[in-house]
Amino acid sequence: MITNYKNRLNTLAAHSGLILYTCIVLFPVFVVVINSFKTRKAIFRDPLALPNADSFSLIGYETVLKQGDFFLYFQNSMIVTIVSLFFILIFGAMAAFALAEYRFKGNFLTGLYLALGIMIPIRLGTVAILELMVQTGLVNTLWALILVYTAQGLPLAVFILSEFMKQVSQDLKDAGRVDGLSEYRIFYRLVLPLMRPAMATVAVFNMIPIWNDLWFPLILAPAEEVKTLTLGSQVFIGQFVTDWNAVLSALSLAILPALGLYVIFSRQLIRGITSGAVK
Amino acid sequence: MQTVFDLTELPNFLGKLMPKLKKQSKIRWHIVVFLAPAIFIYTAVMIYPLFNTLRLALFTKVDQTRLYVGLENFQTLFGDPIWSDQFWNALGNNLSFFMVHMLVQNPIGIALAAILSHPTLRFSSFYRTAIFIPTMLSFVIVGFAWKLILSPIWGIAPGLLDFVGLKSLYAPWLGKEAYALTTLSLISVWQFVGIPMMLIYAALLSIPDEILEAAEVDGITGFSAFWKIKLPLILPSIGIISILTFVANFNAFDLIYAAQGALAGPNFSTDILGTFMYRTFFGFQLQLGDPHMGSAIASAMFAIILIGVCLYLFGVQSRMRRYQF
Repeated sequence: MITNYKNRLNTLAAHSGLILYTCIVLFPVFVVVINSFKTRKAIFRDPLALPNADSFSLIGYETVLKQGDFFLYFQNSMIVTIVSLFFILIFGAMAAFALAEYRFKGNFLTGLYLALGIMIPIRLGTVAILELMVQTGLVNTLWALILVYTAQGLPLAVFILSEFMKQVSQDLKDAGRVDGLSEYRIFYRLVLPLMRPAMATVAVFNMIPIWNDLWFPLILAPAEEVKTLTLGSQVFIGQFVTDWNAVLSALSLAILPALGLYVIFSRQLIRGITSGAVK
Repeated sequence: MQTVFDLTELPNFLGKLMPKLKKQSKIRWHIVVFLAPAIFIYTAVMIYPLFNTLRLALFTKVDQTRLYVGLENFQTLFGDPIWSDQFWNALGNNLSFFMVHMLVQNPIGIALAAILSHPTLRFSSFYRTAIFIPTMLSFVIVGFAWKLILSPIWGIAPGLLDFVGLKSLYAPWLGKEAYALTTLSLISVWQFVGIPMMLIYAALLSIPDEILEAAEVDGITGFSAFWKIKLPLILPSIGIISILTFVANFNAFDLIYAAQGALAGPNFSTDILGTFMYRTFFGFQLQLGDPHMGSAIASAMFAIILIGVCLYLFGVQSRMRRYQF
């Protein structure tokens, strides 16, 4: 009886702690989104009220969509993120396969060399990266960002994928060799399909930092036609600081894609983290 | 006697040489093909610029030409009060930024993970998902959203404090030198608490049930089970989280830039190494950008991060007891 009562008390305490923290987490997002649908007056009169028939207004969204090139920014962010992820996954998987499958001189050293990049942030090389991009004429193109994010993502991708590659059955690959498949086909036909879950994990890990990065777009691609969504909303909000409707709507519009990606991939992400990527 | 030019010997000689040649020339090209793209991009865009930045720190620009000046930039950075004051200010701020993360973010993360990992807890996946949401948002959103909420013009923060009867505690935190850095650190904690939570959660799940059951038989449950059994077992994960936090904090930039701008106001009280490097390298308002001083700061940051990582790898990681299940 007593333990039962105590248990219930514990559960109650656990839930109230978690609910409290969840509220702290969701509150700012909630406040921004509900106020983006209100008139300017209502935003200030009663910031915590839900929009009703009286206070409902889309004026902020209208300003944002008229003034800012949000669709272009969104498209740029999409291109950069998807192409970078593609390169990270394909090149990372190839390198991981070479390191996990073959014994050759310098295997360990190559692995170590690639692993260096996990701990050292690429930002420290920004000065020289900018110089390199200016020399190659890539500054203010999406390629500059794609190359940087690919280089940044590769070390962890190789590290995680080679751990998974080592678990692929040797018999399967040897059977392929007996059947006369080339090493490329073994990689592409036999191993790569088995890597899908691991590659999804790597993709989700890399997606968030690439999508949200402000540093490299600011330095390597600040031109209007190549602005990413993160940089675009930063600049836009900076210009419209006093137009609260526009700022709140811009924030909501920027929250939306991140939230959408999260809803789609959250299961993969959580499974990826909890399945021992960092055990 | 055999002459040197005896051609009849040639096939024989070649025959002897062939296997050797064949063996030597047997580069397995597929390995090269598999490795080449990754190594090339990684080297060209990451490693080469990193070392090139260290090299650029030894130069300066005079009349459009690059001049080798040795360690002069570092002498300026550490010797000239205009520079060194800024540098130490940024480094000190960065340290307190890091300390707030270690003292607030990681304990909250561990506590949340400990509660969430309770096997009979309901809705745990809902909580997990919700708490991770801010981590997905960009710094720009987080910085501005909090700026609006804490703003005295809008009045959400004072209104809420009034609601719990603490209105007197309110101050425009982001605008006061004394509070701005702590406030921003806490906003960053709010954003990233999901990461330690998830990693610790994963570590707690990997503890085998037998160990916990054995402890339960010995009468160790609840809180004492956490302190005496689980915590020692997840120490390696806490170590990894600490070093990840360290590296992330010492090249942080985005949140400060989004909330306070490149000047890291008020009066540089929220200036950290990332914003300091950005201002120096890229320039702002009246100051012209100086890539060489920027490189010198980047080199200093490189050294700080390297020292931190080495201290962790050789000082902490190697001494930590690991348990094999």
